[in-house]
Amino acid sequence: MGSTTQPILQAQDLSIGYKLNSKRLRKVAGPLQLEMHPGQLICLLGPNGAGKSTLIRTLSGLQPMLEGRVVIAGESISRLKPAAMARKLSMVLTDNVRSGNLDVYSLVALGRYPYTGWLGTLSAADKKIIHWAIEATNTEAFIHRKMDQLSDGESQKVMLARALAQDTPLVILDEPTAHLDLPNRVQLLRLLHQLAKQTNKAILISTHELDMALQVGDQVWLLAQGGQLTTGVPEDLVLNGSFEAAFDKAGFNFDKETGTFNIHQGAGQKVNLVGHGAAAFWTRRALQREGYIVATDTAEAVCTIKITEQNNGCLWVSTQEGSYQEHPTIAALLSSLRAAADTPSIHREQTEKDKA
Amino acid sequence: MAAKIHPVLEEALLPTTHRRRFAVYGLLLLVLLCFMLDVVLGSIHIPLKEVVAILSGHSSENAAWVYIIEKIRLPKAMTAVLVGCGLSISGLQMQTLFRNPLAGPSVLGITSGASLGVALVMLSAGSIASIYSIKELGISGSWLLILASTLGSAFIMLIIVAISAKLKDNVVMLIVGVMIGNITISVISIWQYFSAPDQIKDYLMWTFGSLGGVTENHLYVLACVVLIGLFISFSSSKLLDALLLGENYARSMGLTVGRARLLIIISTSILAGSITAFCGPIGFIGIAVPHLARSLFNISDHRALIPYCCLTGTALMLICDIIAQLPGSQTALPINVVTALVGSPVVIWIIMSRNNLRSSF
Repeated sequence: MGSTTQPILQAQDLSIGYKLNSKRLRKVAGPLQLEMHPGQLICLLGPNGAGKSTLIRTLSGLQPMLEGRVVIAGESISRLKPAAMARKLSMVLTDNVRSGNLDVYSLVALGRYPYTGWLGTLSAADKKIIHWAIEATNTEAFIHRKMDQLSDGESQKVMLARALAQDTPLVILDEPTAHLDLPNRVQLLRLLHQLAKQTNKAILISTHELDMALQVGDQVWLLAQGGQLTTGVPEDLVLNGSFEAAFDKAGFNFDKETGTFNIHQGAGQKVNLVGHGAAAFWTRRALQREGYIVATDTAEAVCTIKITEQNNGCLWVSTQEGSYQEHPTIAALLSSLRAAADTPSIHREQTEKDKA
Repeated sequence: MAAKIHPVLEEALLPTTHRRRFAVYGLLLLVLLCFMLDVVLGSIHIPLKEVVAILSGHSSENAAWVYIIEKIRLPKAMTAVLVGCGLSISGLQMQTLFRNPLAGPSVLGITSGASLGVALVMLSAGSIASIYSIKELGISGSWLLILASTLGSAFIMLIIVAISAKLKDNVVMLIVGVMIGNITISVISIWQYFSAPDQIKDYLMWTFGSLGGVTENHLYVLACVVLIGLFISFSSSKLLDALLLGENYARSMGLTVGRARLLIIISTSILAGSITAFCGPIGFIGIAVPHLARSLFNISDHRALIPYCCLTGTALMLICDIIAQLPGSQTALPINVVTALVGSPVVIWIIMSRNNLRSSF
């Protein structure tokens, strides 16, 4: 949708990095060309140390840029005063704000800081926005608790509520899912996705949740180790191999079919798996853990495993060098494979290590 | 939907508001009571009826009593109020600015600056002026000492402000402040090392602190300066609130951190510097009262916390002064000793029983 609207954030030839001292600079990435449109949820992905936080800090004006310019809602951020900037951009940072006496409501109310007078008195309109922010983030239940009585998930939602109370067209979140468990991660990302659609805000998050980012992100900014940035719709980046390039490390491969990185790398033996659905997916995972390369063709395969569905579950049928076996569970299948393999190389290495 | 949530939010606020109001009235009563007690009690017994009469403007048949109440006890009690307010607010500001529960008015070295000024006057051997004024006016009642300590703290404050303008980080500022305090103290130590025992004794007497040295004339000046400091603090309560979330969040909400820090440092310096100049160093109040107030009122909003801190600080300072007089005896203990000796157990008790200090700065 975005490209027809005016971008809310635009970075031209932006170079990011640090000033080590008065003469030496350490450039992390750049020159970058970036654009964010209203209603977009953008996920910034990249390995540790690629410069995600630096980029976020630079875009939000917390850190000076080395070169180029960033324009937010038509104005260059280098010319914007902090107070004016705070009305265009709100943030959720990784900083800890567990001040014990600060209650959740007061914290969310602090989001109105750029709009209130010199004593910070809240008007009826301010309160209305605060209440909306609390409702939108489902934080009503713990609104009177103190900040140090919140779980990580609750705390993150409250910080998001504060950012929403700041009522800005642009919201930036630095690793909002970092300390959350799976349900909380899903909840938060779903919430952000809805907010972007319903409020027409532009939301940028940096995250390590690759599979979820692929699901919720309207756009992905992929920052590779050397500072190269690839932007695009997530599915395009998967198909054109950008993900593999960005996370290019040994012993690590990206599965285009599932959109995940595989922890286990095939040791060389190939098996042929025939089947479909959930059973096939989890069988593949188990076989990969055992060190097999799983393929759908029979060429050079040492074994063929066929999954047949029965009325009371699945049956795994393995055909290896003519011998034919049926297994009621994946565990049984794996132990039979282990027994068949003649002194697996991994085991031999292990025993040698133990002796030493 | 929106209409449904508002009552929930307002209703749930009520219990805390009730408790807070109770605490405020309780403290107000305590302050009034302590103020009266502070004026009534002393080494010379004056009947309560007479005290009330003198305070309400009537004269008494005993002229000495009128003099004692009007010229000695009343200014002293008023000074206790000013000191209680000023030191607790400067401590509160430092704790919020540096997000450190152990910060107090002395962390920036301002109070050591005052000591430096005093040491300069008292220990500079052979200075006829200083010896004369000390002998004539008593140790802490001398304008010369007040001037010297004001200049001393102003000097350190200028250094701190100049450094603050160049620094981006509050933590670095805290370390620099503590280091400058250390430098100042070692300069005083060197001075002491080369001074005569009598002079060192005079200086030591000053470091014990005293509320009694503030005469009527001093009081007007002190009151003006402290009120200015309190006004600046109160008007920066919004900045202090934002700083509760840390510098980065404060900046993202539109706070110009450098300017806010400057304002906070200046008001803290005015408060701590002037009080130290008039009363000598008084420890403990600045660190403890903010914790007590946060604990009692369970609040973090500075617009409310500043008045509450003033109230708590005043009550504590008056109690300390009453105890320092050792009611019924002829002697008095130095105030700087009493604040720590009496106050620390109180703070330990309150904090342990409420157990909510963990991270309440």
